[in-house]
Amino acid sequence: MAQTVVDTANHIVAIATKAARVQVIAAYPITPQTSIVERIAELVESGELDAEYIRVESEHSAMAACIGAAAGGVRTFTATAAHGLVLMHEALHWAAGSRLPIVMPVVNRSLGPGWNIWADTTDSMSQRDTGWIQFYCADNQEVFDTIIQAYKLCENEQVLLPAMICLEAFILSHTYMPVKIPDQEKIDDFLPPYKPGWVLDINNPLSHGNIVSPDWYMEFRYMMEEAMENAKRLIPEIDQEYSEYFGFERRGLIEKYKCEDADLLLLTMGTIGSEAKVAVDNLRKEGLKVGSARVRVFRPFPKEEIRNLAENVQMFSVIDRGISFGMEGFLAEEIKASLCNQKDRPLIAGFVAGLGGRDVTFKTVEKIAEKSSKWMRAGRVEKETVWVDLRE
Amino acid sequence: MMVSIKELSKEEYLLKGHIACAGCGPAIALRLLFKALGNKVILVIPACCSSVIPGPFPYTSFAVPVQNMLFEATGATASGVVAALRRRGVKDVTVVGWAGDGGTFDIGIQALSGAAERETDFIYICYDNEAYGNTGIQRSGATPYGAWTTTTPTGKKERKKDLAFIIAAHRIPYVATACPSYPMDFIKKLRKAKEIEGTKFIHILAPCTTAWRYDTSKTVEIGRLAVQTGMWALFEIEYGKFQLNPPSSRLIDKAKRKPVKTYLTSQGRFRKLSEDDVKKIQKWVDEDWERYHKLSSNSVSDLGLYGKI
Repeated sequence: MAQTVVDTANHIVAIATKAARVQVIAAYPITPQTSIVERIAELVESGELDAEYIRVESEHSAMAACIGAAAGGVRTFTATAAHGLVLMHEALHWAAGSRLPIVMPVVNRSLGPGWNIWADTTDSMSQRDTGWIQFYCADNQEVFDTIIQAYKLCENEQVLLPAMICLEAFILSHTYMPVKIPDQEKIDDFLPPYKPGWVLDINNPLSHGNIVSPDWYMEFRYMMEEAMENAKRLIPEIDQEYSEYFGFERRGLIEKYKCEDADLLLLTMGTIGSEAKVAVDNLRKEGLKVGSARVRVFRPFPKEEIRNLAENVQMFSVIDRGISFGMEGFLAEEIKASLCNQKDRPLIAGFVAGLGGRDVTFKTVEKIAEKSSKWMRAGRVEKETVWVDLRE
Repeated sequence: MMVSIKELSKEEYLLKGHIACAGCGPAIALRLLFKALGNKVILVIPACCSSVIPGPFPYTSFAVPVQNMLFEATGATASGVVAALRRRGVKDVTVVGWAGDGGTFDIGIQALSGAAERETDFIYICYDNEAYGNTGIQRSGATPYGAWTTTTPTGKKERKKDLAFIIAAHRIPYVATACPSYPMDFIKKLRKAKEIEGTKFIHILAPCTTAWRYDTSKTVEIGRLAVQTGMWALFEIEYGKFQLNPPSSRLIDKAKRKPVKTYLTSQGRFRKLSEDDVKKIQKWVDEDWERYHKLSSNSVSDLGLYGKI
């Protein structure tokens, strides 16, 4: 019988490391990730979690230690946020290029200056080209499920890439929600021990990461791209296997809500997706045919599903809690790129909202939908990117 | 624990075909590392000459497992490898961080400091050629006063960090200096380090023919001159106790040391030094030796880094 606990996403992350039988943890504290590393310390020191815990002196070293441990052949974990993540940037590339299945929750927080500890996805979005798989979660149950699924995915020999499990600061990290935790026996069945393809072993002395000339480098990078494509195929399969095995909800690459007959689609990520569902219900009562599509997996990007969604709708309204300066919101950018060769494209409007933790509630989403629907009826997007609730 | 040439293994784990410069001091030191520890070694190597020396994929001239790593991350990466081995129950394998002076004195000092403070069970070896050699001889925190590099074309204006003492202040059980010109001393220290639990730090002065501007046949000689003039001292700090090793232990009396000028004039990198510069360097070296002298007397050899039991 699955057990239901009521806890914050950060504590759920700690429970997930135990459930996944993580063997080496290397981490450095940063707000709002701290309650993850504190709870893991309690679990390790009480003996509940049988793992090595390296309390490193920086996030760069956290990722370096994870790389060393994963190359040493064990299941490896770290967690970070914001400035910690961007300090890791160099090592993120090295982890992915080393093809090591490290799993790392990222508590999405804004980047300074000025100092701001609240939700914003610019931290992880600016790591999108590092070769890491990226999941974005909407609730605490999804955080737990995705960590377990991510180890299964990343350790698959057709993938062998690391993954970030992104969850927004405070909205999830410090908010109590009920979460079903499956029995350990069943989790062990679903997620068997890590069997690395190659390890640092004196009986089989391999050099990891040595010099690669232009004659070979591209092939290694192409293999990473193939691994990403394999991940795109395997994520829904693993999701289905997990949901059938534990009797949990399926989520897929994109969580769709009332999309079938919609004229207007709200495309979101993370917790804004939950608000969008409430907004959809409210707006449908007023007769607006609107649906919500929450993109769960940002890398690999589900281009094909986006194209399918675009087929029968008149308009996409894309909401981003992050900004690529000089362009637009990250999701808006990717969606437009995915559709560039489609003949009949919907209108696409981008909305930047909730930076630095400003609230984005269902009411905000309703406002966005109402503005969008006006443009949809007029057949013209008046403004390519709208900054929502911005002071005049 | 005496070591003699005769008892060393004939096995080579730095294989033929490596692409180090002729007369490379670090390559000699690498070979000695394997002579001392055999092949039950996992190397963690950051960006440095030794990430190039084994040659490009699909070849390598290292016959031991190697984790190549980011420039600044040797200490942290080794921490991860050590943790993984412990998890897997692997015993009798020594994890060795093998990094240059740039990767140790400068960009990597944080990760090394962290690993030492966490009492990580590994040997960290800094092979110090006193410049960023692999990138074309730029100044590092290890470059000595007055030395030419491509970023100090008129000679470096600052002194070298006293790294061994910085690391000793982390209260690790073993710190030592060495030089490949004294192979038995180096091998003895490596074997001692292997038997000690915790972080062990060995700082090797590794003469670099390319950066130091001397003939490729003179590497061993230059290393000897460094020791004979007192520019480089061979010592150990074991559980906080300082001890000079031969031949440095016989050089406390200034009269027994060759003038530093002999060392400085043997290399092109010091050719722009003035007479005043040479005097200044001689004075600093003499001051260092006064300190070694004090530390070598029984009453003060204890650096006070370890509490009395």
